[in-house]
Amino acid sequence: MKSAVVVFPASNCDRDAAVALEQMTGQKPVMVWHGDSEIPDVDLIVLPGGFSYGDYLRCGAMASQSRIIRDVKAKADKGVAVLGICNGFQVLTETGLLPGALMRNAKLKFVCRPVGLTIEESQSAFTRAYAKGETVRFPVAHGEGNYFADDATLDRLEGEGRVAFRYAEGENPNGSARNIAGILSEKRNVLGLMPHPERVVDAALGGTDGRRVFQSLIETLS
Amino acid sequence: MKARVFVTLKNGVLDPQGKAIGHALNNLGFASVGEVRQGKVIDIELAETDAGKAKAELERMCEKLLANTVIEKYEIELKA
Repeated sequence: MKSAVVVFPASNCDRDAAVALEQMTGQKPVMVWHGDSEIPDVDLIVLPGGFSYGDYLRCGAMASQSRIIRDVKAKADKGVAVLGICNGFQVLTETGLLPGALMRNAKLKFVCRPVGLTIEESQSAFTRAYAKGETVRFPVAHGEGNYFADDATLDRLEGEGRVAFRYAEGENPNGSARNIAGILSEKRNVLGLMPHPERVVDAALGGTDGRRVFQSLIETLS
Repeated sequence: MKARVFVTLKNGVLDPQGKAIGHALNNLGFASVGEVRQGKVIDIELAETDAGKAKAELERMCEKLLANTVIEKYEIELKA
């Protein structure tokens, strides 16, 4: 599986993503700068965590206008898998590739800790190696992860099986609507989530629950 | 021409910052303070001199970048 990681000014999980991808796929991902106009031919594009453009205006707002995003959109429309983690999820909602918005955490605090997640949907390229209903632990690290969408959108996401990850009962760290932690696009080739699977692929770093996101992608895309 | 754009959260969208500001004002002894909502002010200088055209252009700016219309609304004020 060939992959690319988009690097924005103030991305800070781009290297974590690159290390995880190399460890899992055996191939180094291509690192693509935000000012470039084209992403090489890959199976997976990762928009990493961080604070792109210093979170100016709104988290992900400036990144969503960057040059490389035009090609990310074009490739997503053609069906290339796109994984947006944390700030990457914020960028995906700002570009309109995913519905809704990520707002300030309900308690206004930056939350940085492992949280329990329920796998809501195993029918996707990102989650097929998990069992539906299973609980896993990924770390979160964000100040703006409070997922918001109107009721009609939330109903549609749930009805179409597009809520991939939910915070486990009692563990919602940010006030997200219906405990939503990660959602899929209509064509199911784009996933955005606030928790960090790339930080839990190595037992030496606190857990391996995130490995199966990458295994799922390798099984689907290789 | 100068313009001022106000970007605020839509009614019904939770504003935890506004709530925290309200609590702080209450704690300072401003007992009459009820609900507080906060937002952004963006001042923009425009080369455009026609008010109608300027307004239309500013609306496009709001829709494309300045506001996230999923959660925010905007108001435009033109100054001569």
